[in-house]
Amino acid sequence: MTDLMSYDDAMAAFDPAMGLEVHVELNTATKMFCGCPTEFGAEPNTQTCPTCLGLPGSLPVVNGKAIESAMRIGLALNCEIAEWCRFARKNYFYPDMPKNFQTSQYDEPIAFDGYLDVEVDGEIFRVDIERAHMEEDTGKSLHVGGSTGRIQGADYSLVDYNRAGIPLIEIVTRPIMGAGEKAPAVAKAYVATLRDLLLGLDVSDVRMEQGSMRCDVNLSLSPKGAGTLGTRTETKNVNSLRSVERAARYEVSRQAALLAAGGSILQETRHWHEDTGVTTAGREKSDADDYRYFPEPDLVPVAPSREWVAELKAGLPEPLRDKRARLQGDWGFTDLEMRDVVASDAVGLIEETIAAGSSPQAARKWWVAELTRRANEDGVELTELPITPEQVARIQALVDEGAINDKLARQVFDGVLAGEGEPDAVVAARGLAVVSDDGALGEAIDRAIAANPDVADKIREGKVAAAGALIGAVMKDMRGQADAGRVRELVLEKLS
Amino acid sequence: MPEITRDEVAHLATLARIDLSDAELDHLAPQLSVILESVASITGVAGDDVPPTSHAIPLTNVFRDDVVTPSLTAEQALAMAPASEQQRFLVPRILGDEQ
Repeated sequence: MTDLMSYDDAMAAFDPAMGLEVHVELNTATKMFCGCPTEFGAEPNTQTCPTCLGLPGSLPVVNGKAIESAMRIGLALNCEIAEWCRFARKNYFYPDMPKNFQTSQYDEPIAFDGYLDVEVDGEIFRVDIERAHMEEDTGKSLHVGGSTGRIQGADYSLVDYNRAGIPLIEIVTRPIMGAGEKAPAVAKAYVATLRDLLLGLDVSDVRMEQGSMRCDVNLSLSPKGAGTLGTRTETKNVNSLRSVERAARYEVSRQAALLAAGGSILQETRHWHEDTGVTTAGREKSDADDYRYFPEPDLVPVAPSREWVAELKAGLPEPLRDKRARLQGDWGFTDLEMRDVVASDAVGLIEETIAAGSSPQAARKWWVAELTRRANEDGVELTELPITPEQVARIQALVDEGAINDKLARQVFDGVLAGEGEPDAVVAARGLAVVSDDGALGEAIDRAIAANPDVADKIREGKVAAAGALIGAVMKDMRGQADAGRVRELVLEKLS
Repeated sequence: MPEITRDEVAHLATLARIDLSDAELDHLAPQLSVILESVASITGVAGDDVPPTSHAIPLTNVFRDDVVTPSLTAEQALAMAPASEQQRFLVPRILGDEQ
């Protein structure tokens, strides 16, 4: 069992430093160096050709759209764009690349020296970007044999090269220091902000659950106030926003316990396990990490003209912070409300819900208050809940029409989330419609009055405030399927 | 002058997964040194006005449009594989027992 120090104790003794490496698959129609399609979920090995299979005599040709996307990402991250850069071969022996090398960039990235501002609890942290470089994705392996489906203990592996050669951009931060106890939250906010920025650029699907955006978290601790960098670990396979924060917190607790016990940190790759919430040791960094990079002889250098760069820069979408400020104004949210919306990762969802016809406040109420709680209970991202902005807007429309009330709406959410179909179908199947038949309501009110004669007398004497008890009894009688406002009207009418 | 040591040759052989015996290392290391020295003589010929290059032709920005071209079928792709299973390339165990 791994020793862990509580997060608070760890933060009292150590300062964390983090570096984040995010890999983003571009949404080009074709691969980086050949015309094979890039569709997710295709049958194995149906999207390959001699080039991406590394067959002798095949030659790569760069996808111009991928170069453009890489530069737009660099510009949106406030980076310099290289005037001249090359691809390089990263040589290694691993069957996920049939060429025995990955075409990447080494010391000449297309974009470098940028930054991204991220917000945590209303405070802005500037994350410095060291570089964004172009490379290609690798194939996918299935490990067969052994008990776990992992590479350790497998008898053999099966490889699908559909993904091999899909354009990837790797975005690398400089060490993030000085965030203290907020470091894990900054990491999560950085990845979330980067995802929103990439969505705005329309350069990637950025679906973490499908692997089109993946994050490696490098983390080290140094004694509080020392201002030095400790030995770091590199945690791979962190594939959800929640996990970015959880993995960082876990590594803080694990490393702190080791250091406090007089141990030292091994510079190694660690694997994040989403299910158990722990990291385990992977490969130790060693001399074997000598990739013998050299310039790719089959690809000529990329030298974007300054005119091209200026044109791409002029065509960038509205910066995220400006957009958020504009949306907050449009929606009439207070700073605190907007902060909750951002923290819930609900900006895009609310935008779409409003576009589908909901009022801003109703969209905020359902996504931030109701659905965020449910997502947390289920341990999933808000965006992963099986409900669409259109469905949320429809449920609110049913409330606005008076067909259901807020209480019934929650049951409609239950039904939609449970896969019972569209909101209208759930209302019909569960019989959730508000009873607006005054006859049925009148009978329930008569029953409530008969059961609570003293309350009824008070109302007759003019103590209108007492009506709440009767309304409550009626709503209970009607199993919540009544419009409380209408019940109140009818009660006061009867007892006036 | 560039010189490659016996240890460096042994390291390169390991990286390239080439199993060299001591005798082969003794034999090959000096030969590689001679080859490197021969190639290095070019640097003596090039003047200060000749920048180092990695490509034989002075071209940049050769791009293709983002247009799909037909892929191989899975049968064609796997035809050259020594073994396949579940429409995937079968590769031997990746990690050794010690890992």
